[in-house]
Amino acid sequence: MSPREIFALRDHLGAELKGRTISDAHDVVSLTDILSQTVLGGRLHELSGRSVLLKLSDQLRSGLAMIELDGIARRMLLCPPDLNPNHLDALIADAAIDAVVTDEPDRWAGSGVALVITAQLPLQAAAPAKSERATEWLMLTSGTSGVPKIVGHTLEALTGAIVAEGPARGPAPVWATFYDIRRYGGLQIFLRAVLSGGSMVLSDPHEALGDHVARLKARGVSHISGTPSHWRKLLMSGSAAQFAPAYVRLSGEIADQAVLDGLKAAFPNSSVGHAYASTEAGVGFAVNDGLEGFPADYLGNRNGVEMKVVDGSLRIRSTRTAHAYVGRDAAALTDDDGFVDSGDIVELRGDRYYFVGRRGGIINIGGLKVHPEEIEAVINRHPDVRMSRAKSRKSPITGGIVVADVILTEGTDPTRAKEIRDQILERCRAQLASHKVPAVIRFVEALDVTPAGKLARTDA
Amino acid sequence: MSVRSKVIEAIQQIAREQHVTLPALSDDLSLHETGFDSLAFAILVARLEDDTGIDPFTISEDAAFPATVGDFVRAYENVPA
Repeated sequence: MSPREIFALRDHLGAELKGRTISDAHDVVSLTDILSQTVLGGRLHELSGRSVLLKLSDQLRSGLAMIELDGIARRMLLCPPDLNPNHLDALIADAAIDAVVTDEPDRWAGSGVALVITAQLPLQAAAPAKSERATEWLMLTSGTSGVPKIVGHTLEALTGAIVAEGPARGPAPVWATFYDIRRYGGLQIFLRAVLSGGSMVLSDPHEALGDHVARLKARGVSHISGTPSHWRKLLMSGSAAQFAPAYVRLSGEIADQAVLDGLKAAFPNSSVGHAYASTEAGVGFAVNDGLEGFPADYLGNRNGVEMKVVDGSLRIRSTRTAHAYVGRDAAALTDDDGFVDSGDIVELRGDRYYFVGRRGGIINIGGLKVHPEEIEAVINRHPDVRMSRAKSRKSPITGGIVVADVILTEGTDPTRAKEIRDQILERCRAQLASHKVPAVIRFVEALDVTPAGKLARTDA
Repeated sequence: MSVRSKVIEAIQQIAREQHVTLPALSDDLSLHETGFDSLAFAILVARLEDDTGIDPFTISEDAAFPATVGDFVRAYENVPA
């Protein structure tokens, strides 16, 4: 490959940069002179050809470091904030890390990593760098137990869907996401902001939701993404009022009809779409007709993304998928034909496929397999329900039964609880097999959401 | 509410939900004759545990599952609250 074919993040930033910013709860960084500035103290050249661990306590410096490192480092491993520190040694070995970019250099003294570089704000002036190579982007899977898998991407694969969609029409978008940009879902939004000529407003895990939304409004956010759990929390908080983004996007979990309808009601002038993507499979498709699931004719080859259903699970082959798991004992990421098995189970009803759950999330009810998401989708359709979680509970009679924790819509009269419970059970009995009907429904104030923005399913 | 009436009320509620027509609930009625299947009993035991804090069938490993409605009620009555 000749050098001029290399197209790194910085090369997407060559166009008009004035008026664009990337900001978090504390700082606003102008992109105007970003190519002649450094967050790495001017030490980028030392990272040329290195395998770099990006281990920072905030997203802003992480994003700025990604812009600098792409096209220079051999690979960069993005560490999400909730990474268990006990897994670091294994990840460093598997990714052959020989440099770290950190804001806590003292913690890396004597760590055995050859090169430690401190990322710092404010930015300093530096000579613009030239892209040297196609940097490998390493991301971590968000599974709950054990060392996360390292997933290898290229910038081309990561941005495949963005380039295919083309530039946004109208004024330059101001993007935001409830995700962390060091996760696949958040990185997609960060890359959209960089490539689409817009700005980016980052989330902050320590910020109250009301303050976050106030900041989104103040910065004029027009395009925003999150998981259905993120969105349900926002709807519950009452903070959505007066916030009027043009585009609302859901991904990362099943977007059921209830959350799609809830968002359409809260944001009547917004377009609401859900996207299917995963760290391994990349961006599969977006659905913008306001309905849950996706049209059956999405299967086959569509815009370069091939999809098929094997043993109930969705399999994807495209240039946007990751290319490999990285590490000494890494498993194959694709099957022999190059398809990634998403592990997401779909069901054909009429001319549409519906997501029913994760293969790994099945709960066992008296020997029968049950997807908790399928039960939640029925419960969530009740107009007084905002969010729910179904799980199994041990039973001395059948081994296991389904129980559900339910959050009612804000302002629901608590004296109606019994009536609502009976209505939910009636709906479940009408729509689900008897072993899937919750034996017990408990009304709760909150449900845990993981740092990756997904409903916590500790029992799954 | 007595333990007995809590148990009887829960049985009747689940019968309504499951569309089971209950015979008169006398103490010697065998549980088999209530028309409840194992899932209905599992629901009953789970709800009574939430209501009373007691699951007599998990607490005692050697307890045989009761044969009659009377035995079932006594299993709850005999556990110290």
